[in-house]
Amino acid sequence: MALDFATLFPNGVLHYLLGGLLIGLATVAIYLGTGIAAGASTFLESTLSYVSDRERFQQFRFVQSRDWRLVFTAGIVLGATAYTALSGDDWFVTEVSATRLFVGGVLVGVGTRVGKGCTSGHGICGVGSLSDASLLNVATFVLVAAGTSQLLLAMGVRP
Amino acid sequence: MSGNGHADDGGGRHPLFMPLVFVGGLVFGAGLAVSRMARPEVVLDFLQFEDFGLLFVMGGAALVAGPVFHLATRSGKRAPLTERVYELRRKTLDSNVLLGGVVFGVGWGISGICPGAAYASVGIGNWPILAGIAGMFVGAYGQGIARDRFSD
Repeated sequence: MALDFATLFPNGVLHYLLGGLLIGLATVAIYLGTGIAAGASTFLESTLSYVSDRERFQQFRFVQSRDWRLVFTAGIVLGATAYTALSGDDWFVTEVSATRLFVGGVLVGVGTRVGKGCTSGHGICGVGSLSDASLLNVATFVLVAAGTSQLLLAMGVRP
Repeated sequence: MSGNGHADDGGGRHPLFMPLVFVGGLVFGAGLAVSRMARPEVVLDFLQFEDFGLLFVMGGAALVAGPVFHLATRSGKRAPLTERVYELRRKTLDSNVLLGGVVFGVGWGISGICPGAAYASVGIGNWPILAGIAGMFVGAYGQGIARDRFSD
């Protein structure tokens, strides 16, 4: 495999970079205004605090942040909608099966909670903070995910 | 575990707190749509070494966030909307960080979805992603129950 630019980046890098800069900008704006290094996965537990009386989900840190996390998540959904509508980009429906999405989702839910963060909390805020825990977590999940995904591909699961 | 009390709780919030979080969410979601990371197929292409562009998404975002986090922390100042002291995001490194990374990695590799990208995916019309988000809630709930039962 020749490691030239077109092989590594068959779709170019501009939209990836632009998207990454926007995500970084949003993270920085919230951080500078509020001091909060916002991650996306705590939303799961903080939202569960609305429906579960379990002490685990009624922790102060979830209850006191659940409303703004709901607003943040609504913003993420609507921001993606607004971009797609305004840019004329195609709406998108995945061909990955609902079973894969669900099973993968369960493991993502468990793993991000056990590991104290996800792609945004560890991957952006934690890596940006040069946190050893985040660097280890990100290296682990990227390598494991690549292995898992390629194993599925080798087994003939597509897309 | 209520030691994380900050001035952003309760009714004393600054009137600009929610608007900032919302606008931040909008830009965050737009970024996920622009980068196409909201599409599971693009993530799977990355994980299968077909297209390494995703490095620029996480990398670009971390490169913007990193210097700002460090400068703000070093300034010793407080955030204007909450009076929170700026701090780096540093969690304790323990075996859970590794174990969680492995479990998350298997899930990400199976599905191509992570929490933030999944929310944005709803916004680009990808309704089947709701199965993935439902799974995330089930996983987070199950993990909470399991942790109550087996630890502490």
